Amino acid sequence: MALTLMKGSEAIAESAIRAGCRYFFGYPITPQTEIPEYMSARMPEVGGTFLQAESEIGAINMVYGAAGTGARVLTSSSSPGVSLKQEGISYIAASEIPCVIINIMRGGPGLGSIQAGQADYFQSTKGGGHGDYRLIVLAPASVQESVDLMSKAFELAEEYRNPVLIAADGMICQMMEPVELPEMQDFKIDYKEKPWAVSGEPESENHKRAIVNSLYITVEELDELNERLQANYRKIEENVVMYETYNLENAEIVLTAFGTVARICKASIDELKEEGINIGLFRPITIWPFPYEELYKVATAPGVKAVLDVELNAGQMLEDVKLAVRGDQKVDFYGRYGSHMPSSEEITEKIRQMRSEL
Amino acid sequence: MAVVFEKTKMLTDTPFHYCPGCNHGIAHRLVAEVIEELGVEKVVGVAPVGCSVFAYRYFNCDMYEAAHGRAPAVATGVKRVLPDATVFAYQGDGDLASIGTNEIVHAAHRGEKLTVIFINNAIYGMTGGQMAPTTLIGQKTTTSPYGRDLATCGAPIRICEMLSQIPGTYYAERVAMNNNANIIKAKKAIMKAFKYQTEGHGLNIVEMLSTCPTNWGLSPIESMKWLEENMIPYYPLGVYKDEGAK
Repeated sequence: MALTLMKGSEAIAESAIRAGCRYFFGYPITPQTEIPEYMSARMPEVGGTFLQAESEIGAINMVYGAAGTGARVLTSSSSPGVSLKQEGISYIAASEIPCVIINIMRGGPGLGSIQAGQADYFQSTKGGGHGDYRLIVLAPASVQESVDLMSKAFELAEEYRNPVLIAADGMICQMMEPVELPEMQDFKIDYKEKPWAVSGEPESENHKRAIVNSLYITVEELDELNERLQANYRKIEENVVMYETYNLENAEIVLTAFGTVARICKASIDELKEEGINIGLFRPITIWPFPYEELYKVATAPGVKAVLDVELNAGQMLEDVKLAVRGDQKVDFYGRYGSHMPSSEEITEKIRQMRSEL
Repeated sequence: MAVVFEKTKMLTDTPFHYCPGCNHGIAHRLVAEVIEELGVEKVVGVAPVGCSVFAYRYFNCDMYEAAHGRAPAVATGVKRVLPDATVFAYQGDGDLASIGTNEIVHAAHRGEKLTVIFINNAIYGMTGGQMAPTTLIGQKTTTSPYGRDLATCGAPIRICEMLSQIPGTYYAERVAMNNNANIIKAKKAIMKAFKYQTEGHGLNIVEMLSTCPTNWGLSPIESMKWLEENMIPYYPLGVYKDEGAK
């Protein structure tokens, strides 16, 4: 199939439509506004619904209502807007409803900036909203990977009845790259597979009254919900971990990075390789579940002398990297705050400095 | 023996948890009877946060339990996927008139084809009697122990008056359940609010003035009297907007 040169935002939106998503609820916020813009033009062409909500709070609650019917439903926003969605995300996770949420991360905290950031790692992977819940969090590093992960995101959401968050930095949404788009999928709600889905039908042999709810008022009922959720999370941890490795052979330092930053790391790695210096890269694609065991093996492999975690924040994934290596490897950090994308030269310089001290 | 009365099939057999003298029970029954009498095939309800948080246990149809104030947004999401279903939100005054004003105002502005049942009892019931945006001036609650003060708290919010100004509101009526005549009127209003939705119109809202004997500190009978003497004068009953009657 032919490659098309597309802006990340539009490729992401189109791939959601091709994954069978026909309901999009959103609100403008830079740098993801092109996603709702694209949806507003495209959804009517495919018989879908685009609704510009009154707020991100409104949008996520519309997602809750629409996704409770078993349809493939999407919302997108950027950091401050995703903060507003957290209440709804907690309800959706607790109600065991699948949906896909996109966070095109910008610099924070507060209103921050409109350039790329990665400082929502904690929010994305450690909770975000209230309560003991987890999202499956996918962190693409290119426009193509964002496109490829979209139908995977809906499938994972449905398989595990859990919201999936695509956490991409603003760069992914704003840059243009050649992409291969997937074929259009024909998606229909299968009520046999989704007995929990709201249809409005009266109770019958085929339809038990559907209740989409996160209230479990007694100790026993709430325990039962939490045990069910935790068991599901353990299953996700076992089955859903995704990561990429690059140039690990004979690597003396292993870089850890996610999203766009990982690509910049690759440029540094290639640059140093020409000088005969071998640096590897370990890039989690799922930042939850985090590939702890896989990173441990890579970080403690013979010949590896240190790990360098590189992020567009003050060191958030760093905590998971440290958990992964369990003190069995040195972990250094190089970060720029959100909106200040590091250059490959900066990362190379940091690596050189580390090597001189190893 | 001939059956002279049967509970509507749109209510489950789960016993209500409501306090003695509370009007939620009447409101639930009226809504359920109307849905049954209308004979609509598909129905979805959205319960709020507040005293009627368990409404999903009582209405015998597919139900959601929404976050505080968000029922109109949730109902919007449902209706957009299931346009053939009759979708209603059931909300109290803390839910709709305080934390959820954004959601109800914009659902009305979009003219969502929904029915909203709005229970106004001038107090937060579930949390134990705090001041609501609908609490009357001078009314004592646990967070207005000296009585609601106009200077610092502002005047009680009149939802029907406000929503009737919105072009997308199709029908807005305020009713009370303080006597049989008014209960019959309330049922007619609810019927209209649902019928309009089935005809493709929205937004439709019925505000139901209700009692809260527990948190008002009055007996059920005294509560009815208090509602008549204090609430109805500030919240006049009647039709505020009816695009279908034009």
